[in-house]
Amino acid sequence: MQPDRTAQLARLLDQRILVLDGAMGTMIQQCRLGEADFRGGASGHLHAHPHDLAGNNDVLSLTRPETVAEIHDAYLEAGADIIETNTFSATAIAQADYGLEGEARALNRAAAAIARRSADACTARDPSRPRFVAGALGPTNRTASISPDVNDPGARNTSFDALAAAYAEAAEGLIDGGADILLVETVFDTLNAKAALYAMDTVFERRGARLPLFVSGTITDASGRTLSGQTPEAFWNSIRHARPLAVGLNCALGAALMRPYIEEIARVADCYVLCYPNAGLPNPMSDTGYDESPAQTSSLLHEFATSGFVNLVGGCCGTTPAHIRAIAEAVRGLPPRRLPAPAARKAA
Amino acid sequence: MSGDGILRLAGLEPLAIGPDSLFVNVGERTNVTGSRAFAKLILAGDYAGAVEVARQQVGNGAQVIDVNMDEAMLDSRAAMQRFLNLIASEPDIARVPVMIDSSKWDVIEAGLKCVQGKPIVNSISLKEGEASFIAQATKVRRYGAAAIVMAFDEAGQADSLQRRIAVCRRAYDILVDRVGFPPEDIVFDPNVFAIATGIDEHANYAVDFIEATRWIRTHLPHAKVSGGISNVSFSFRGNEPVREAIHTVFLFHAIRAGLTMGIVNAGQLGVYDELDPELRERVEDVVLNRRADATERLVTFAETVKGGGRKVTEDLAWRDEPVEARLAHALVRGIATYIVDDTEEARLAIAERGGKPIEVIEGPLMDGMNVVGDLFGAGKMFLPQVVKSARVMKAAVAHLIPFIEEEKLRAGTAGQSKGLVVMATVKGDVHDIGKNIVGVVLQCNNFDVVDLGVMVPAQKILATARERNADAIGLSGLITPSLEEMAHVAGEMQREGFTVPLLIGGATTSRVHTAVKIAPHYAGPTVYVPDASRAVGVATNLLSSTQRDAFVADVARDYDRVRAQHAAKSGPKLVALEAARANAFTTDWHAHPPAQPAFVGKRPFRNVDLALLVPYIDWGPFFQTWDLAGAFPAILDDPVVGDAARNVHADAKRMLAKIVDGRWLTAHGVAGIWPAASAGDDIVLWDSPARDRAALTWRNLRQQNAKAEGKPHWCLADFVAPAASGADDHVGAFAVTTGIGIERKLDEFARAGDDYSGLMLKALADRLAEAFAEWLHAHVRRELWGYARDETLDTQALLREEYRGIRPAPGYPACPDHAVKGALFELLEADRLGMSITESFAMLPAASVAGFYLAHPDARYFAVGRIGDDQLADFATRSGVTLDDARRRLAPNLG
Repeated sequence: MQPDRTAQLARLLDQRILVLDGAMGTMIQQCRLGEADFRGGASGHLHAHPHDLAGNNDVLSLTRPETVAEIHDAYLEAGADIIETNTFSATAIAQADYGLEGEARALNRAAAAIARRSADACTARDPSRPRFVAGALGPTNRTASISPDVNDPGARNTSFDALAAAYAEAAEGLIDGGADILLVETVFDTLNAKAALYAMDTVFERRGARLPLFVSGTITDASGRTLSGQTPEAFWNSIRHARPLAVGLNCALGAALMRPYIEEIARVADCYVLCYPNAGLPNPMSDTGYDESPAQTSSLLHEFATSGFVNLVGGCCGTTPAHIRAIAEAVRGLPPRRLPAPAARKAA
Repeated sequence: MSGDGILRLAGLEPLAIGPDSLFVNVGERTNVTGSRAFAKLILAGDYAGAVEVARQQVGNGAQVIDVNMDEAMLDSRAAMQRFLNLIASEPDIARVPVMIDSSKWDVIEAGLKCVQGKPIVNSISLKEGEASFIAQATKVRRYGAAAIVMAFDEAGQADSLQRRIAVCRRAYDILVDRVGFPPEDIVFDPNVFAIATGIDEHANYAVDFIEATRWIRTHLPHAKVSGGISNVSFSFRGNEPVREAIHTVFLFHAIRAGLTMGIVNAGQLGVYDELDPELRERVEDVVLNRRADATERLVTFAETVKGGGRKVTEDLAWRDEPVEARLAHALVRGIATYIVDDTEEARLAIAERGGKPIEVIEGPLMDGMNVVGDLFGAGKMFLPQVVKSARVMKAAVAHLIPFIEEEKLRAGTAGQSKGLVVMATVKGDVHDIGKNIVGVVLQCNNFDVVDLGVMVPAQKILATARERNADAIGLSGLITPSLEEMAHVAGEMQREGFTVPLLIGGATTSRVHTAVKIAPHYAGPTVYVPDASRAVGVATNLLSSTQRDAFVADVARDYDRVRAQHAAKSGPKLVALEAARANAFTTDWHAHPPAQPAFVGKRPFRNVDLALLVPYIDWGPFFQTWDLAGAFPAILDDPVVGDAARNVHADAKRMLAKIVDGRWLTAHGVAGIWPAASAGDDIVLWDSPARDRAALTWRNLRQQNAKAEGKPHWCLADFVAPAASGADDHVGAFAVTTGIGIERKLDEFARAGDDYSGLMLKALADRLAEAFAEWLHAHVRRELWGYARDETLDTQALLREEYRGIRPAPGYPACPDHAVKGALFELLEADRLGMSITESFAMLPAASVAGFYLAHPDARYFAVGRIGDDQLADFATRSGVTLDDARRRLAPNLG
């Protein structure tokens, strides 16, 4: 387990806006890998796996680690302070669709180890700029708050306990692989996220040590709600108990449409604020699936920074190392958002 | 953590309770211990009715709702989970935070696992001692809830002011100092007990509660106070006006003392100033324990005000609207209460003017759903509300079904269901949340839905659609590659002769994409469905006998327009040809002069020994011929297709031996190298080193898609030095075939009825032709041109194209114009080898490969992709053909 670097991160976050990396998924899609690549060739233990694996980006941490490492390296090279592990769907729940639920812990450990090596190599080249690894925990493809059954609004296809168990397993793998931070991201159902945060707390208790937490929600509707119907402030209220080092929003609408919601988070949150939008709205006619150029995305994030909304910025779907380079450039030298002044918790 | 002392709760919306907040109403009616009516509903399993109680509470102003299932006859845990899950699907209710109320920890914990917001636990206490209190408080924090802490310890409930203070102080210190519980998340309940019971010790209970409240708010920073208000008036049960007056007065004073929230009947609270003055005075005497005979005086007075009481009301002004407006209101607000009556009223009205029951759906109900769709699109409704609307729609439709059936019976069209939709997330994609929601909404509207799940291959979708006689197919996907898969499914539907509508949905899909990239693959109706709220409208229209044609025509017109707009506005997607040319790949021809060939001219290779070519066979594509998916050689061990792959591979090797030994096929080829130079996007091959007469001019195309900075717009001509550079460059060309003699063998197999061997021979001839091309290219690099004499690649490395130089073939993505094959064959005199080309530029024999050689170290394959009208016109001019001819030749590249 990595040492708790909360203090180091907080010091850096007070000094400047830190840069997260960009998309992993759309970068992998650009590699145009085939079924055989995902299986890792004839020598790998997945070559005879009974399910199709093409599209299961997380499995590449086992079968094509060099591809994953190249993407990490490109983002580090572009100026990312924090890189996210290739584990968006690496929970047993999400991997069950590929028949790989048994590999969840291994996927997380391998992915964290790849990111760790890239980050450490980069830090070694320039020790004045320490790089961090955020172990990513995605939303899974199930929702604990929404019914899948037409005739029964009370039905659920997963449970808090099942989610918590899957998240605990993933977190153990990420921690073993060397993550500095655990990032619960793309939260579209806050109950899923709460199960993840519950699991993290249990894992930390078991290990007798903690890692800093980041939590990032996703506003999916034009109404400014999460998929499960919460407003940004309600989302923050619902996860605040986990005492994340940073909270924010990612993905979905892209920066332009995200502005009022990140503003709301920045207004209510008493921790650091992060923001890593898509490169605009999805556009199926574009090569990467997204339209915004590095100049566009970075100028939007520049504006967020000058408005005092953010402490960490990066990119989600459709962003590339070129986007991250532009974003890093755009926020360089800008003051980070100030935390609300801490007050005494208890009067004498 | 901030120390602002604000309790931040959340349902779908936030609720902040700070020092300056007004009193917070916690609805008490969803409590089986406090409401007999609610208990009855729950015990009878009438959860729909129970949910209505919750809705009324919120409608009447409850800012939090208390949920309690502590009833001996109930599985309280299961009831708690079920009810919380149900109200989670009711946005009108779920918008407020929940108070999870039970005396049993396991029920509370079960409830905590169902709530996405920040709830309040009601309650924990020191009743079982510190260890259990600490354990429960730790868990409450971990689940992210606030907690009501009862003034209760090992010695029992605190019933005096002093005991209340002592217990609350002790609990507070443990929570804040030892558990790390946020003080603002602590809500004390200093016990509301009944007054006016006739027992003297009870007379000061209300005063003690009020004073305890004041003390807590003064001495325990950030802690809040709550209470179960109805308890105070317990002795007047049955006399609602008096109870209401007692609550009103008690709250008035408790709130002034700092009471933060209270569990109340939100529909039954009076206003202090509006109480009857005499009643208020007598009530106040009791609450504040102001005189010894206060209870008696109130009891006497109470007799006179018995009965009546406030009616639980909700705002029903909308009920006075015309029926269409009522239906729309009910759909938008998700109110099922009156939907059947209103639907019936609408049906009767339509019947009166001779209409059919279905018109209620197609008219007012669909109008209402369209309002829902518009509001959702405008961000004024959110998803759970849309699902709720769909459920109301379902209730209305359910009412109409018998009438519609009856009508069909009369019209002789009985037995027709509303339609069956086969839905799937396409192959390669596992995202299904949106698809599931669409499924729910469609089923709510009496469509049958067959949901095939995620990662569904095209064949399975089509097989199921055929087997189940589907009326429509719905495809969903989230990731970008799914878009191609959707186009593929559309193409397969066309190939297999489907005509049913194809619905396209998912986060990355769009109307433009559907119109431009998917619809053209399929002649049947192909319709983009932007979100779940639109699914019913689209499906209803497509499957309605009366509306389908008009709808399909509308969509087709719309998509034509979209395609036209898309084609016209190549601006943002395509750069101008001039700009693309300005961003060409460039190289310093002096620093890296072109490789001078050892040989110029052309050289035939006749009767090449097939055994020489066998090692160059790339087996990968061979298996695709047999529809076996997987990379070679892993495919031989594939658990699914491994057996089949091994068999066909073994047969192939057997036949290959016969082909080689029996000389079934004759392999001829020709390769040549000519002085060449690029001229703009053209490459000119000169017939002699004098470079004065063109032997062939190869008109190439340049990429025009928008590029990231630093990425050139590729064109093959850029890999050849222009004349002006002064560098003498060369270009090669080749044609090979291994199909000579194949007809004889194919006839033999056909006569023997051996289709399998015929197919096998063709497949192997194709492989050999490719192997020949690979072998010949290596020979050219190493000998004829000789720029790679030291190349030592093994065959695997060759197949991975790890060598310098490329051999682009006309008709492939880097040079899509097939027509140049004519000139190429002439240049190579390929006819002398028994090769020819058809009118449509197909090569004969089929097992042939022809192309050019480019030797530049940076030469690479790419796809020209879509080109603009400017390049089309330029190409036509350069090639000396009409625009129409050019358009035909380059159709696949014209968006």
